[in-house]
Amino acid sequence: MSETTQAREHHDGPHATGIRRWLTTTNHKDIGTLYLVFSLVMFLVGGTMALIIRSELFQPGLQLVDPHFFNQMTTMHALVMIFGALMPAFVGLANWQIPLMVGAPDMALPRMNNWSFWILPPAFLLLLATLFMPGGAPAGGWTLYPPLILQTGDAFPLVVFSLHLLGASSILGAINIIVTITNMRAPGMGFMKMPLFVWTWLITAYLLIGAMPVLAGAITMLLTDRYFGTSFFLAAGGGDPVMFQHIFWFFGHPEVYILILPAFGIISQVIPTFARKPLFGYTSMVVATSAIAFLSYIVWAHHMFTTGMPQAGMLFFMISTMFIAVPTGVKIFNWLATLWRGSISFETPMLFAIAFVVLFTIGGFSGLMLALVPADIEYHDTYFVVAHFHYVLVPGAIFGVIAGVYYWLPKWTGHMYDETLGKWHFWLSTIFVNVLFFPQHFLGLASMPRRIPDYSVQFTEFNMISTIGAFGFGLSQLLFVWMLIKCVKGGSRASAEVWDQPQGLEWTVPSPAPYHTFETAPRV
Amino acid sequence: MANTKTDYYVPHGSPWPAVASASMFVMALGGALWLNGSDAGRAVLFLGLAGLIVMMFGWLGTVIRENIAGLYSGQVDRSFRQGMAWFIFSEVMFFFGFFGALFYARTLAVPWLGGEGIGTGTNSVLWPGFEADWPTNGPEAVGGSFEPMGWGGLPLLNTALLLASSVTITIAHHALKNSNRLRLNLFTLATVVLGVAFLYFQVVEYVHAYQDLNLRLSTGIYGSTFFMLTGFHGAHVTLGAIMLIVTWLRIARGHFTPNEHFGFQAVAWYWHFVDVVWVCLFIFVYVL
Ligand code: HEM
Ligand SMILES: [Cu+2]
Repeated sequence: MSETTQAREHHDGPHATGIRRWLTTTNHKDIGTLYLVFSLVMFLVGGTMALIIRSELFQPGLQLVDPHFFNQMTTMHALVMIFGALMPAFVGLANWQIPLMVGAPDMALPRMNNWSFWILPPAFLLLLATLFMPGGAPAGGWTLYPPLILQTGDAFPLVVFSLHLLGASSILGAINIIVTITNMRAPGMGFMKMPLFVWTWLITAYLLIGAMPVLAGAITMLLTDRYFGTSFFLAAGGGDPVMFQHIFWFFGHPEVYILILPAFGIISQVIPTFARKPLFGYTSMVVATSAIAFLSYIVWAHHMFTTGMPQAGMLFFMISTMFIAVPTGVKIFNWLATLWRGSISFETPMLFAIAFVVLFTIGGFSGLMLALVPADIEYHDTYFVVAHFHYVLVPGAIFGVIAGVYYWLPKWTGHMYDETLGKWHFWLSTIFVNVLFFPQHFLGLASMPRRIPDYSVQFTEFNMISTIGAFGFGLSQLLFVWMLIKCVKGGSRASAEVWDQPQGLEWTVPSPAPYHTFETAPRV
Repeated sequence: MANTKTDYYVPHGSPWPAVASASMFVMALGGALWLNGSDAGRAVLFLGLAGLIVMMFGWLGTVIRENIAGLYSGQVDRSFRQGMAWFIFSEVMFFFGFFGALFYARTLAVPWLGGEGIGTGTNSVLWPGFEADWPTNGPEAVGGSFEPMGWGGLPLLNTALLLASSVTITIAHHALKNSNRLRLNLFTLATVVLGVAFLYFQVVEYVHAYQDLNLRLSTGIYGSTFFMLTGFHGAHVTLGAIMLIVTWLRIARGHFTPNEHFGFQAVAWYWHFVDVVWVCLFIFVYVL
């Protein structure tokens, strides 16, 4: 017992200082911060790669980089953004917020929490190191299709192993989040009383545990096909390269929902606070999220309509894909209904949330167009697809993250962020993200292929506009970094509630949230 | 008193997760070097593995000590159990990927290569005359002519061994709950013996496949699916057997009580999981 009493005495701060604190920490707030900082760094790295891509595409012809390097950039940009920027950002938010929102003293498995974070930096060290290896980084696209990806140089095993590590990190993180949610809620917080961010993360974590191991299997088969003579993806040996696509997308489609569901959750927290109304249709939100999770496992082949599937298969995957629009529509309806007759104010998180609702919907609609087999055969592998997924991922997922950061930052730092800076960041980002991606729809409809460093001259204007948008968007993010630094360093003091009577346990603890919170569970 | 049942034990900083990550990094690096033909590869790989083993002792040792010190409430125990259950689910999905490859190859890819289905010209254009049949190593007979592995004999024996081991571990579990330590000890030991016997026969079977049947990992899609599925399963049995041995040693030291025995429970679950995978393997890889 004396050990526990002693522990209690220094329970107000971290137990170690300097680098040792961060390496050994088991505190969910420390680990959340680590995830978020890591994500920001990766966001800047991936963004730089995107700017290299867009610079090359500013004009037709080859001017800046050679095609092989261009292909490395498209591949690495996607891998870095998905596995390095977005997923860690969401896990970071989960780490900070879920214990605060369910009234738990910490994550359920604190040591494992540390582990799942600290797998990331070494994994990315390996992945980014491939850029400097003989043969370069992987250049066959983030989807890693064989046989092309098997032509990667010496980097190939590193790519596979780093993805294994990233998968392990995600699985461990997801297990921790699920267990925290199912086992650590404060007394009185039933499942149907959980905040939506917690709900969407519960379901995301389930998707992660279901999908990541399948990716691990798929890339293991790539590895053995290349080094140990197996024939999984070799038709001469009775295998099939298209089989890889099936396995990959069985992971890949749930993965895209992994990238959006937590953002749905954040938006469902932010909108009610600034509309000053409870969320409309809570139960239907939960049901819709679960329906999306279920459907996301049976739609994967909509990425493969041009591979020559049997007709029945195309019909099935077309219809199941269209079904996803129903629960998605329910969500959008509920957000709008929450806004209806609210007393709305437009602080930065709310601005990002509203932009999310509008712009994500555009991405959803282009998704529906792509879900139509006859249309997709035309659009597949064009810039239309690029426009689609960037609308759902940038003003969708990333705006969700940004909205969440602005919303909870005062709780984390104890300071209000600079609202003027926030508004500038919002308007510039929102304008430029559309300048960047909207023209890509037209390019795609006119058949400009994706992942090619050159294009024919009639595509020039739209590409130039897109590149200008890219630099505008990229540079606007520096405002975000500046805002973050300013807010961490100082600013007017935030109250415990921060906003105007927001709902949720996180607003009952002081700002900044003390190192340990809810050591005795609150009653809900 | 601070340490009531509602108090959830939150450990202090721990070095072990960082050691684990560093070891995994070294292993990945070693693996990559090895596959690229570097001499240092294997050494680096084993260095990482050694780090991982040290980490296991350190980390799990801490957990066991904390448990014995009475720091864990029932709620902590529940976290462990739920965590283990979800971990096993992730393992199930890992195998699901490989089973998916097997099913896809057998029901779609290979028949299409044989000319089935509309719009697939592969057969007539590339490999006219190839007749789809399972098992196969493809239209170009990758890996040369081979004989498939039958299901009688060793595989059947192995099925019996693993099924029996599932029974013995359940008996041991009941004995633990009824505080019958001798029975617990003996039946856990029996499970270990059955598991090791399984592994031994698996090795014999592999040697037979390579030497007598010319059935190899590189024998087209049949060899690929056969060895990857049984191989990953074997790796899991090996891991399970090691965990069982550790559990048995812990039993001998008097660990586990009728009410609190997460460590035992986790191993038992894992063992049942390995068992179920084997039954699926036996049906879909060997018999059908
Ligand atoms: C209404 C919902 C959605 C529908 C109907 C839909 C449909 C589709 C279809 C049919 C494709 C394949 C296009 C092709 O390659 O020809 C596609 C691609 C893609 N979608 Fe969606 N989608 C939806 C929502 C989302 C969301 C929410 C995300 C992520 C947050 C997302 C991310 C992606 C990505 C990353 C790709 C391209 C992957 C690649 O080929 O590199 N989609 N979508
Ligand atoms: Cu999809």
